[in-house]
Amino acid sequence: MSFESLLFQAVNGFASASGLFLVAAGLSIIFGVTRIVNMAHGSFYMLGLYLAVTLAPLLGEVFGGALGFWGGIFGAALVTAALGALVEIVLLRRIYAAPELYQLLATFALLLIINDAALYFWGPEDILGPRAPGLSGSVELLGRRLPEYDIFLAVIGPLVLLALHLILTRTRFGRLVRAATQDREMVAALGINEAALFTAVFALGTGIAGFGGALQMAREPANLALDLSVLGDAFVVVVVGGMGSIRGAYLAALLVAEVKALCTALGLVEIGGYAFNMSRLTLVAEFLVMAVVLVVRPHGLFGRPQPVQARRGEAEAPLMPLDRRGRLIALAVLVFFAGVPLLGAFISYAPVLALDMLIAALFAASLHLLMGPGGLASFGHAAYFGLGAYGTAYAATVLGLPTPLALAVGIATAAAGAMLFGWFCVRLEGVYFAMLTLAFAQIVWSIAHQSEEVTGGSNGLFGVWPDPPFDSANGLYLAALAITVIGVVLIRRLVFSPFGLALRASRDSRLRAEASGIAVEKVRWLAFALAGLLCGAAGGLFAFAKGSISPEAISVGRSIDGLVMVLLGGVHSLMGPLIGAGGLTLLQDMVMRESPYWRGLLGLLILAIVLLFPSGLAGGLRRMRRTS
Amino acid sequence: MSTTTPLLQIEGLDAWYGEAQILFGLSLQVAAGEAVALVGRNGAGKSTTMKAIIGLVRRKARRLTLRGADLSALPTHAIARLGVGYVPEDRRIFAELTVRENLDLGRRPRPPGASLPGWSMDAVFDLFPQLADMRARLGGQMSGGEQQMLAVARALVGNPTLLLLDEPSEGVAPIIVEHMTRALVRLKAGGLSLLISEQSSDLCAAICDRAYRIEQGELRGHGPMATLAADVSPGAPLSPSTAPTL
Repeated sequence: MSFESLLFQAVNGFASASGLFLVAAGLSIIFGVTRIVNMAHGSFYMLGLYLAVTLAPLLGEVFGGALGFWGGIFGAALVTAALGALVEIVLLRRIYAAPELYQLLATFALLLIINDAALYFWGPEDILGPRAPGLSGSVELLGRRLPEYDIFLAVIGPLVLLALHLILTRTRFGRLVRAATQDREMVAALGINEAALFTAVFALGTGIAGFGGALQMAREPANLALDLSVLGDAFVVVVVGGMGSIRGAYLAALLVAEVKALCTALGLVEIGGYAFNMSRLTLVAEFLVMAVVLVVRPHGLFGRPQPVQARRGEAEAPLMPLDRRGRLIALAVLVFFAGVPLLGAFISYAPVLALDMLIAALFAASLHLLMGPGGLASFGHAAYFGLGAYGTAYAATVLGLPTPLALAVGIATAAAGAMLFGWFCVRLEGVYFAMLTLAFAQIVWSIAHQSEEVTGGSNGLFGVWPDPPFDSANGLYLAALAITVIGVVLIRRLVFSPFGLALRASRDSRLRAEASGIAVEKVRWLAFALAGLLCGAAGGLFAFAKGSISPEAISVGRSIDGLVMVLLGGVHSLMGPLIGAGGLTLLQDMVMRESPYWRGLLGLLILAIVLLFPSGLAGGLRRMRRTS
Repeated sequence: MSTTTPLLQIEGLDAWYGEAQILFGLSLQVAAGEAVALVGRNGAGKSTTMKAIIGLVRRKARRLTLRGADLSALPTHAIARLGVGYVPEDRRIFAELTVRENLDLGRRPRPPGASLPGWSMDAVFDLFPQLADMRARLGGQMSGGEQQMLAVARALVGNPTLLLLDEPSEGVAPIIVEHMTRALVRLKAGGLSLLISEQSSDLCAAICDRAYRIEQGELRGHGPMATLAADVSPGAPLSPSTAPTL
């Protein structure tokens, strides 16, 4: 590696940092004032890019290339801001008082809907934009050619930082934003219209994100994967920089981008006789940066500890062990599922569908352990599903281990991953926890995607077939039934054990639990590891059921499926997630596969749940019964 | 007894924090230019009454009007714009904003139909000279007493006709309480209506004309301030009537 290539990559890093910063800054400002983590923030970035590549050629025809290009960028930013304002007025206003989890889910639903809307309007192909007129050349520096546009981007970040700083400190709007970040109620009591302020802030934040996306026009094509990849990066940046700090966001964006650039610049490095290709380690580097910062400063570089917030929403009834009737119903369901292989004689598809439902049930039940009794909504539970699936698949195919042993390897992999990531995650709560879990899941997904020699890259691993007696549909199904029942019974017993009580106490009042001698973080860590372990079992079964595993099966979408299952059934009951898992699996199987827009439909379903049944379908039914 | 409509009229006010009901059928009135005390023990519902008026808690009332205008359906900011200034118990100064910026956020044009002269920054600094010397200081770096003065000043520049003061002397040095009392006397003399909640009645005794006693979220009596100042022990009989008369 030479000094020149290092410098080249350093400039590149600054350019990437600008893009990251624009997304993270908007996310941070919106969260500061509205207390909503906008899961759809990456979508506005994506929309900005799509709008720019559409607007720039149109404007270019009328006004000429240069005006078209820059007009396209600013036009895209303005349209995204307007869309942001619309979303705030139509959707967010209805959910400001809702529990955090519902806010996260509602904005995630928006992400799904926007993605399918983009698919509808722009199609699945990547779209290339025009190059920047006047900045399409390159500058020669120390023998290397630096693209002018990268240098321009490198400057944009600090300029926007400065502009935001001036707006926040020198204008009345900025003072309002800072005051509202601290105490919204008092701002209203001074006669300031909160609603208008929130709309303005949301428009500003989404506009900046759209601007960031539009600026990428000359660097990368518009594509439908941008929303999630940018969101994951932005979460890392915000967690590292400290939520609510604009300076922190820039510094963190720079740190993350430069570390990645440095890894690329280092290329092949020999350490102790082994050659490491550092450029393949960029994701691991990102993880390490985040890990180090979170260990030293749990709230990020410029972040402050979050105030302990009272739980919003309805007070929930304590969990009850099953009564006689409940036991009978559970037994009936068990008997029915055990009898499915007999049904298979008439409907050959039944065991396959029932197996999917079992895997979904175990997946949802493990997530529910964290979400319900733990009160920790993980947006990255797919990571442990993936680790379990990949561990199992690798052991079964490459290592050639027998089926039960391969599954054990998968479960152990998931548990190890959950212990590692969980150690960091349980230090945070609420939205921070959600963001960090999602970021870790993105990292696991990217590693599966990139390490071709182990995971098979984007194709994944094939030929993961179980040995006899599990090789028949019924054999595997019965094994899965046994494992799922063991898992669910284990969770039930755990929830009513002293450990479960400690977990629920930590959820209901962290301070009170700590004061009574409960090591809250340890209890949560253990719950996280257990949830990951059980989820890994679901993942391992999935690999055997499908005979393959690919990154697509462990993407953020699966994490969200899990959340929807738990919410469909209701967070406040142990049976809820099982019902939700069965319901969603059936729904996906019957309706959603029929349409290319099933993700958008899922988004609409989530919005409907959030707006109509704030305590889940089971809770909603219970309330209806109570009022009727 | 006055025949004109009182400035603030409350009848049958219920208020809740989440699911818990805090106020039960509270009724009270404040006439224009009058200073009224709300007395009662910690947790009796004094702060909740204030928050219910400004709209920060869920509430329901047979009547909740300011100069005849119904407040019960309005959002907080609209109530403030009608001329209700609010100085909360814990002051709620914006810690990361300077004194000047805190005041700036409070500024509003005079509400429609206001008869009182408007407040300028200079007038506020004249009332609280200590604040004039610390315009650039961050709210978070002020003492409790200084924050209290700033909280009152911030409410004043909004040109209220009614000022809600929640425990203005709580946790504040005696010398500041003296300053504050003098300032409030001046405000009352200038025609501002005051509703003050206090546990200790020294400050109220110097300013207020009448007092209402609240216990466990219910009105337990009202009467002239002098009667009340003599005996602040809970449960002491005041005027036997719970229906306020003016």
